[in-house]
Amino acid sequence: MDQHLLTIVLAAPLAGLLVLLFLPSKSKSLIRVWANIASLAGFAVSLPLVWKFHVGAPGFQFVERADWIPSLGAHYLVGIDGISLLLVMLTTLMGFVATLCSWSGVNDRLKEYYAMFLLLQTGMIGVFISLDFFLFYIFWELVLVPMYFIIGVWGGPRKLYAAIKFFLYTLAGSVLMLLGILTLYFQHYSQFGFYTFEISQLMKLQLPLGVQQWVFWAFFLGFAIKVPMFPFHTWLPDAHVEAPTAGSVILAAVLLKMGTYGFLRFSLPLLPQASMDQTIVRVLAALSIVGIVYGALVSLMQKDWKKLVAYSSVSHLGFCTLGIFSLNPNGIAGSVLQQINHGISTGMLFLVIGVIYERRHTREIAEYGGLAHVMPRFAKIFAFAMLSSAGLPLLNGFVGEFTILQGAFEANRIWAVFAVTGVILGAAYLLWLYQRTMLGQVTNPKNLGLPDLNFRECAVFAPLVVWAIWIGVYPKPYFDLLRQPVTEIVERVKPGYFAQAAAVGGTDDRFLSSVTARGRADARLDRLTIGPQVANLPHKTGTSVGTSAGVAGRSACSTLPCGGAR
Amino acid sequence: MPVNAYPGATDLLRFLPETLLILAGTLIMVLDPLVKRRSSPLFGHLTLLTLIAGIAVAIAGASNPGPAFGGMLMVDGFATFFRVLVMGVGILIVLPSYPFLARQDGETGAFHALLLFSISGQCLMASASDLIIIFIGLEISSISSYVLAGFFRDDKRSNEAALKYFLLGSFATAFFLYGVALIYGATGTINLDAVRRSIGPLRADPPVMIVAAAALMFVGLGFKVSASPFQMWAPDVYQGAPTPVSAFLSAGPKAAGFAIFLRIFLTAFGPIGAHWEPLVWGASLLSMTVGNFAALTQTNFKRMLAYSSIAHAGYVLVALAARSQVGAAAAMFYLVAYACMNIGAFAVVSHLSGRGEKYTDIEDFKGLAQKQPLTAAMLTIFLLSLIGVPLTGGFFGKFYIFRAALESHLVWLTVLGLLNSAVAAYYYLRILVMMYMHEPGPAAEAVEPLSPAMGAALILPALGTLVLGIFPGWVLDFAGKSSELMR
Repeated sequence: MDQHLLTIVLAAPLAGLLVLLFLPSKSKSLIRVWANIASLAGFAVSLPLVWKFHVGAPGFQFVERADWIPSLGAHYLVGIDGISLLLVMLTTLMGFVATLCSWSGVNDRLKEYYAMFLLLQTGMIGVFISLDFFLFYIFWELVLVPMYFIIGVWGGPRKLYAAIKFFLYTLAGSVLMLLGILTLYFQHYSQFGFYTFEISQLMKLQLPLGVQQWVFWAFFLGFAIKVPMFPFHTWLPDAHVEAPTAGSVILAAVLLKMGTYGFLRFSLPLLPQASMDQTIVRVLAALSIVGIVYGALVSLMQKDWKKLVAYSSVSHLGFCTLGIFSLNPNGIAGSVLQQINHGISTGMLFLVIGVIYERRHTREIAEYGGLAHVMPRFAKIFAFAMLSSAGLPLLNGFVGEFTILQGAFEANRIWAVFAVTGVILGAAYLLWLYQRTMLGQVTNPKNLGLPDLNFRECAVFAPLVVWAIWIGVYPKPYFDLLRQPVTEIVERVKPGYFAQAAAVGGTDDRFLSSVTARGRADARLDRLTIGPQVANLPHKTGTSVGTSAGVAGRSACSTLPCGGAR
Repeated sequence: MPVNAYPGATDLLRFLPETLLILAGTLIMVLDPLVKRRSSPLFGHLTLLTLIAGIAVAIAGASNPGPAFGGMLMVDGFATFFRVLVMGVGILIVLPSYPFLARQDGETGAFHALLLFSISGQCLMASASDLIIIFIGLEISSISSYVLAGFFRDDKRSNEAALKYFLLGSFATAFFLYGVALIYGATGTINLDAVRRSIGPLRADPPVMIVAAAALMFVGLGFKVSASPFQMWAPDVYQGAPTPVSAFLSAGPKAAGFAIFLRIFLTAFGPIGAHWEPLVWGASLLSMTVGNFAALTQTNFKRMLAYSSIAHAGYVLVALAARSQVGAAAAMFYLVAYACMNIGAFAVVSHLSGRGEKYTDIEDFKGLAQKQPLTAAMLTIFLLSLIGVPLTGGFFGKFYIFRAALESHLVWLTVLGLLNSAVAAYYYLRILVMMYMHEPGPAAEAVEPLSPAMGAALILPALGTLVLGIFPGWVLDFAGKSSELMR
């Protein structure tokens, strides 16, 4: 049973879709009810993954494999590690949330609407569980089609433009990624004499640095457009603004993570030397930082509520990529956690916008003001979402951003300095947005009679609120879950990293996945759970000011691993 | 090789598919005056039966491969593959032509007889291993196609299409024939295998006559498969010809054209590959680029499909440029996938076009999804496959082709081809936009209900597209084995 679990999770939305297709399109309430049942079932069947997962076990779990196209060396091969487990759970939960939130917002062509969401769900889960590069590519491309229709059919006034832009942008990126995949595939054949797309086989390749760099850039285009990293982000605001609420939620919460996941699962482990290459790391970090700051600055200037949140995604995803290319345990673990956090908090922000848009049919910030008086429950939820996104301590965003900054600081202090401005700007645009829409007197008479959140709408937010608080207050299970996969990635990119970390010893604060320093790491994590801001901030300033010996030790360990890899 | 004046039973058996088609065509011509009505489903049924029988005979014949008529024909896996393909194309054309001919009040007898003759020519092309037989096949196929393109005598556009196709087509055939003449002059033989042997092993510096012959044949065949820069005729012909005929022209003659392209260039001209590869390289890049970029601005659906068919010829030429077994197999797979998705797309146009083919503009697809969801869904499958989205045959076709190209180190051609396929997505998506994201227009309001024949004409290729996209191994393995036997 266990080895089929992932297949069941993958197929559940499809099964729901199949039944949906046979429902009469006239009976709208039947379709709504069934779609919600199907997506809830999709979430329910994914829950056993959580308690059956062995935390700390190496490699992949729930692996299922079958030959698919033997002549090509393509398999149906799925499995998850800690990183993919988190993303799969995010996907199934957000799938349900998105379905539930469309209950009253969508009335047109309901059957097709829900069918597209269920198809999208399968595609996204497939991306996160594929261990065969070909299978991964299939799901990766497959996701485009339903999203294209969701934006194009149920979207806003400029939906056609946004939908085509979304499709073409991502397609252009992914065909080049395919080129990279094929390069690895042929390299594998020439080194081992048989064709395969299996990731674990491709990891055995010994590639010259030049080839790795080419393949890295090919992958980069595919992943960076999806994330999206500056300067490939221009499709995102259009897509978000025009997409229906549920589409935006899924797009922000899950779809963008496919790009960051791609970097983690493929770029880093398959191309370790290229990922360590100074030029590449610098370019990627620079683009991430530009994305963080630029996204935040542009958000400040937005007059459209949804566009503001869309640009904030560019900024937040910049943190995630910065964490990845810090190439140390803190950065990577923080990045994964921040991906989940961004899914939760930005998902909530888009839901908030959806609620208000359903009532007023405008997203102009200037149209609102003083809503807290009219819709108190709504205002509280919005405040929560906003604070979680801005990174208030004890909420989820803080833990992720803080860990990423820690990783960035370890890799290069300048990065951290620039990235921190993103946190400040983030608080600025979100608080200002809240102030303009929620606080003060009700200036626009149209807003006076707005109904507050009903039970269904509260139910939409509830799981996300709970999850946000859980991560914010007690992130230890998440870091435990991520320790093993992150260790594997770092050990792959920087062999000997942990041995070195242990050797440096006392001045080392790379707590997370150090195998030898696990006892200290656990102690450190416990402190983090008590109250991160108290436990860690003084420590951080302590190391950054530091004694001269401490600084010397740290700089030695931040430069050495690079030298060691050459 | 002494030619036996009296063909034996094996020879006749190996020639049976073509014989069947020609006999049935002739029978239809004889029966035609006896049937009173201009338009009757009878001939359609007869054609379908003949084609199914032909496929069965061709497959049965494959169990005993070998030459026939003293080496003029070669019935190997390769020939069988293409024979089945072009006869399958025939079936997919006959199905939508039932309602089409009934609606336009066309003469069914003439239509089906010509179709059968044309297909018999293509079968001959697929199995020929002798330049003269290839030429004869080419002419049988082409002349019937010229007439088919002008099938509606009273229609100006149809006439224009036929005349253009005929003039340019004859011109191209002449080029091909010049090539054959040069080959005969240089080597003293017209048998492909003998030509190959007389050119000898890999030559860095082959005789000028041989190279010139290869270039001339390239021009002639380039025209037949509508590769750029010989594509000028395609848009006008595809737009002007009756829609089922356009569908046929874009799949049948093209597949047969590529069959001889592959056979001649990979066997006879294999030794001088280094000389013709740049030619194919350039033509494929030009075809992809010209086809895709010209298609971007089209307003007529048939014309857009014509440009897209030029682009797809470019993709197949990429596989030829790879000059390998894998490349040949990829091209064969692609042609099957292309036949399914392209005929399917044309069938939808034929269904929508209405009497007198009024509605063939892209605008006319507005709101089709609301009026006829099934038709729209089928067209969606075809278009997604033409784009190359996974789980469709079009994706695997492209995948195999670019894989073969990379294997032969054609990196730049692969990069440019892949980018091209991303550009192409735009114009296919426009149709989806029209169908799903607009309110119904006059064409969608007037669309007639799906008849059983039309339904089959849409569902069969859609199934084919999906099966090729989910279990590509079935056809690919067959193509791989067939391309091995080719040498």
